[in-house]
Amino acid sequence: MENKNIIKVKNLVKKFKDFTAVNNISFHVKEGEIFAFLGPNGAGKTTTIKTLTTLLHPTSGEIKVNNYSPVNQQDEVRHSFGIVFQDPSLDDELTAYENMEFHGVFYNIKKEIREKRIKELLKFVELWDRKSEQVKTFSGGMKRRLEIARGLLHHPKILFLDEPTLGLDPQTRNHMWQYVLKLAKDEKMTVFFTTHYLEEAEKVADRIAIIDHGKIVKVGSSKELKKSTKSKSLEEAFLKITGHEIRDEKASSIEGLRTRRKIWGGRR
Amino acid sequence: MNSIIYIMWLRQLKRYWRSKARMIGTLGQPILFLVALGFGLGAVFQQAGQGSYIEFLAPGIVAMSILFTAMFNGIEVIWDRQFGFLKETLAAPVSRTKIMIGRTLGGATVAFLQGVLVLIISLFLGFHITNFIDVPIALIFMFLIALLFTALGTAIASLLKDMNAFPLIINFIIMPLFFLSGALFPVNNAPNFLKIIIRINPLSYGVDGVRGALTTSSFGLLLDFLVMISCIIVVNLIGSYFFSKIEV
Repeated sequence: MENKNIIKVKNLVKKFKDFTAVNNISFHVKEGEIFAFLGPNGAGKTTTIKTLTTLLHPTSGEIKVNNYSPVNQQDEVRHSFGIVFQDPSLDDELTAYENMEFHGVFYNIKKEIREKRIKELLKFVELWDRKSEQVKTFSGGMKRRLEIARGLLHHPKILFLDEPTLGLDPQTRNHMWQYVLKLAKDEKMTVFFTTHYLEEAEKVADRIAIIDHGKIVKVGSSKELKKSTKSKSLEEAFLKITGHEIRDEKASSIEGLRTRRKIWGGRR
Repeated sequence: MNSIIYIMWLRQLKRYWRSKARMIGTLGQPILFLVALGFGLGAVFQQAGQGSYIEFLAPGIVAMSILFTAMFNGIEVIWDRQFGFLKETLAAPVSRTKIMIGRTLGGATVAFLQGVLVLIISLFLGFHITNFIDVPIALIFMFLIALLFTALGTAIASLLKDMNAFPLIINFIIMPLFFLSGALFPVNNAPNFLKIIIRINPLSYGVDGVRGALTTSSFGLLLDFLVMISCIIVVNLIGSYFFSKIEV
């Protein structure tokens, strides 16, 4: 079982009308691995996660998640993963506890285990004191912490984290990764996360896929990436591999295109 | 499996209960209609030998308040999309049919409760219930109206991404549904072309069911019931289909 690939992607393409968000990518993730998608905004990271998690249908290509197809075997795939989205996905009108409970019921966790874990997780993200308050009274960072706690509630086989630490302070960020990595080890959970923080990818991930303009440019451990480009730091390696820094103008112009597509796309 | 439907239902009720402004706000329009039309047109109605207008009107306004609340419930799908909660439900290993059923039942319960409130208010404005044994039948018809139009509102919302378009489209649909349903005037005296339109409007059967249970029916309660049930089944199937096709 050592080298079993829990995620397999072959020639995945996702187009939105005339815009190609993900352009023919192939990669695999081994069971129990911590795998990072590293790239600037608009590189196609979120779109890839959405196709892996059944939320978007790929335009073409083959995907297997836990040996099931996210296109034809959606329920099996959905049982296999947990996800923390990049954008908020909480019900603001419900309390923190109710949001957790809702998730627990949706993932069919028995009542006793559910109550125990909710308490444990809310304490861990330091929201236990405010469990009975409506989420709309929370700050951005608190909402983020609640989402992470919720994503971990059902102890999934694969955990998808889309920019999980965006907007968190360094302390909470470290704290969160400690917990996730411990859980990954204890439960043999695979973690697939996207980030545009180089330090985060370097520190946490076993392997990193560098994605840029909808294409995977290179895959390897942080060490391998640095070695193959004869770089001292991952930052330097990234620069050599993609030809630009992670937050430069090119990326933001693509981001601008995406935003425009989002704004006008729905009205055509 | 039923726990999914239950928690979706419970969520709708909690949201309704916590938003008192919405609860009271939606009572404004029915009260206005009852007072303005009930008392304003009441004298004319009586002179024409039709009896008390408020007795005739109240069941129609109860149906109206249910129709409006039920249809606008659909906007919660768009809210959930906008605020991201839809992703949470759609990424879960739960069939979308169950999500849709829970959502529809929850929304329908909210609309139904709103209808009950209007019915109670109408009692203070001069509406009489002569036979309380008939009240359960009226309540059943009220719930059927709520179910049908919550499902319709949800189906329409599943097709839309634009929050601003939803109220426009819904208003475009509910106004003719309401005015051409016999809620405001007796069907039997209407000209023939209007009678035909009223006959093909599903709300007419809901209004007639509520009115028939409390006062007198023009179509017969059995026909009302069968038409409502058939419409509910068809609209729910269509709605589930659209809802299952949502991508986020």
